[in-house]
Amino acid sequence: MNEPHAVEMRRICKQFGALVANDNIDFAAKPGEVHALLGENGAGKSTLMSMLSGVYRPTSGEILIRGRSVNIRSPKDALALGIGMVFQQFRLVHTLTAAENIVLGEKSSVWRGASWMRRKTEEIGAVAERFGLKIPVERPVWQLSVGEQQRVEIVKVLYRGADLILLDEPTSVLTPGEADQLFEMLRQLRDAGKTVILTTHKLREVMEIADRISVMRKGRMVGTMNRYETNERELAQLMVGRAPAGVMRPAGRPPGKPLLEAEGLTVEAGKGRTAVRDLSLTVREGEIVGIAGVAGNGQSELAEVLAGLRPWRGGTIRVCGREWKWASVRTAIESGISHVPENRMKSGMAGSLGIVDNLLLKTYRHPERSRFGMLRSRRNRAWARSLVERFDVKAAGLDTPVRQLSGGNQQKLLFAREVDRDPKLMIAVHPTQGLDIGAAESVHRLLLELRAAGRGVLLISEDLDEVMQLSDRMLVMFGGTIVGEMSRENADRERIGLYMAGLQDAPGEEAS
Amino acid sequence: MNGKAAAAGMDGDAGSARRRPAVPRLRFEFDPVRTGSPWWMPLAAVFAALAVCAVFIAAGGTDPLAVYKKMLTGAFGTRFGLTETLVKAIPLLLCGIGVSIAYRISFWNIGAEGQFLAGAMAATAVTIYMPDLPAVLALPLMTAAGIAAGGLWGLLTALPRAYFQVNELISSLMLNYIALLLLDYVVFGPWRDPGGLNFPGSPMFTADQSLPAFGSTRLHFGLVFALAAALLYAFTFRHTRWGYELRLIGANPEAARNAGISLNKHLLLVMLASGGLAGLAGMAEVSGVAHRLMYGISPGYGYTAIIVAWIARLHPVGLIVSAFLFGGLIVGGYSVQTLGLPSATSEMLQGAVLFFLIAGAAFGMIRIRRVR
Repeated sequence: MNEPHAVEMRRICKQFGALVANDNIDFAAKPGEVHALLGENGAGKSTLMSMLSGVYRPTSGEILIRGRSVNIRSPKDALALGIGMVFQQFRLVHTLTAAENIVLGEKSSVWRGASWMRRKTEEIGAVAERFGLKIPVERPVWQLSVGEQQRVEIVKVLYRGADLILLDEPTSVLTPGEADQLFEMLRQLRDAGKTVILTTHKLREVMEIADRISVMRKGRMVGTMNRYETNERELAQLMVGRAPAGVMRPAGRPPGKPLLEAEGLTVEAGKGRTAVRDLSLTVREGEIVGIAGVAGNGQSELAEVLAGLRPWRGGTIRVCGREWKWASVRTAIESGISHVPENRMKSGMAGSLGIVDNLLLKTYRHPERSRFGMLRSRRNRAWARSLVERFDVKAAGLDTPVRQLSGGNQQKLLFAREVDRDPKLMIAVHPTQGLDIGAAESVHRLLLELRAAGRGVLLISEDLDEVMQLSDRMLVMFGGTIVGEMSRENADRERIGLYMAGLQDAPGEEAS
Repeated sequence: MNGKAAAAGMDGDAGSARRRPAVPRLRFEFDPVRTGSPWWMPLAAVFAALAVCAVFIAAGGTDPLAVYKKMLTGAFGTRFGLTETLVKAIPLLLCGIGVSIAYRISFWNIGAEGQFLAGAMAATAVTIYMPDLPAVLALPLMTAAGIAAGGLWGLLTALPRAYFQVNELISSLMLNYIALLLLDYVVFGPWRDPGGLNFPGSPMFTADQSLPAFGSTRLHFGLVFALAAALLYAFTFRHTRWGYELRLIGANPEAARNAGISLNKHLLLVMLASGGLAGLAGMAEVSGVAHRLMYGISPGYGYTAIIVAWIARLHPVGLIVSAFLFGGLIVGGYSVQTLGLPSATSEMLQGAVLFFLIAGAAFGMIRIRRVR
């Protein structure tokens, strides 16, 4: 205890506008340990790391490195303090060799001739060797595998003298074999006295690699513990939190006819990866079906298939009793499916266009909106104005580029567009991601209104609270298929958490 | 290493309290969301280009002001100059609108030159293989042939891009050279005027095969084509359903896909239109100005049109203005030859304008802020 912490963060707050990403976080890592920062997406792990690496600066709070209070203003400052970050997206120049990439950030990185470069290459090789990292220093980066590229990034921070190494979701891009290799390297780094902090949302990895574990949830730190004092079940519970706060949710009518029936759905995600395998689900009139699960377990692909954006390989899809023959967005739109995509600005909106044009996106073909190949501009403006009022979208004008609106107003606009079409079925993917509480609530209210009007909602979200608050039935997706299903009455946070972590056999254990 | 890092940490800590810069430091932030090129950026680019070229002209021993004045009067000062400027503006405007349509959906068609030549050759083919048609048949047929050939030449870039992800920059540029060599082949070979004293050009068109001119000037009916095209371009993008689809694709192709719009289909349609307009320009040039197909029929209209389009920011009114100005630049370039300068002076100016335009667009996305 008399040895100072390698890093200590005290009462750290970070706000982005109205959104509190980190709320009064206390965090400490000891020298020479592998410390895992565990939490769902959006829990605030990456934000916390970014403040250590100088990408963001805390709104308030104090950071101590080796017991001294510091002020990290930039990545350069961080590096001077011995903090190196390996980002989820590698920052490498593909046409340069590994060694050149490593030398690139040096202050005196001006090309000094071949002999200088040779010396540098040797130095880099020596550093890599010392920590047991094998990298082909002379090969251009584009020829390297993802795992090798990551190793180059790690050697880069080591070469620059970092002894506190941050890795943001390091395994998200790796194959299982590569991940094992990474862990082996991280252990060697730890044994060499380096402090390693990594963020992840995968429980198994945490149990495998971490010495200590800090769990974050919704911007707060919920606990720090030693690995040998905890187990996956406890971590899962901490990660997803305790009972939800009571919400106003009117009892619905009994669900009606099936709107969406998918059977044995199998979807390829390119590169031979099967994103969705043998998945079956039904959504009926007047019910909200929630799909919980950690990101990357096939939810996005499922949503894309149901929106007509992605072809599927096996299984059948029936919407309102009619079977789909092939993927077609037009068919999806015309059969009354409304899609609130995962990343609204990436695929749901055209940021540089105004409000009217964005509202027209799904309905511009309708005779109300265009006739004889011509847009009915005056009528459309009036319609847009009424929607903006009805959904309380705050914008400077109807022609303001929507990328200038706040996230909440963008999402309101998107819902205005999708709800106004009076869809039979809405597929909402992470509908409240990145929204502040007020905006998230109005989104929830809209979903409940749809349900009250006898529409079906398929809610895909990583936010377990959200899924539990709103859904009539809950499904848990893991590894591309539904691993658990429960009604609202039987929903049990702990069990859902275990399903989400892929520990399917856990409920059985519990019973014994 | 440890000690060094710790020392740096101390420094950073103390520095935060001490470092209050007397001179405000400026910070440059890349922010494409909230910034955009201001409206005066194209004008600034033109003036910057004039200033830089003035240095080169002066270095060559000529007074740059005299040169610019000569260019101005040569292009806009006389009735002859003005009509010549308009004559040059016609193909620039048609090709400029053509590339603008493609640029609206971020398809980088730099093949207007080839599409222009394809149109010119197709129109000439009508005169060669059907020499005796009356005007009412010959001219519409030549127009249709020009548009069709230009459009097909455009499709040659769009098809590989749509189905095999072939980079359109390269394919459209390469197709320019193919069109150019094809032109050389026909004017030196099969279509060479037997009575033309070995001049590399087709036989002169008959009056029935020539677009009518205004009065005694060289200004021809192509002007109507060009202005009508500008009008149609403006109307399509603002008011039609197709225009909306194209705007959507241009703003966010992913969102367009979400609206059920087929990107490939529109890519092909756009290139058909884009190439068609350039082809029409080629037809108007052979039928309205040269009255024959000949070696070097285009002094690079298709390339200049790219600058015309960017300086206009793809805006229809801007296109008309900039096509007129660049027409003047070409005509002015001819008139400075009397001062002993090559007509390439105007090409130098064109290049400089494009350079500053691109630089301006890049800087337009940077916001300058004082660091507190």
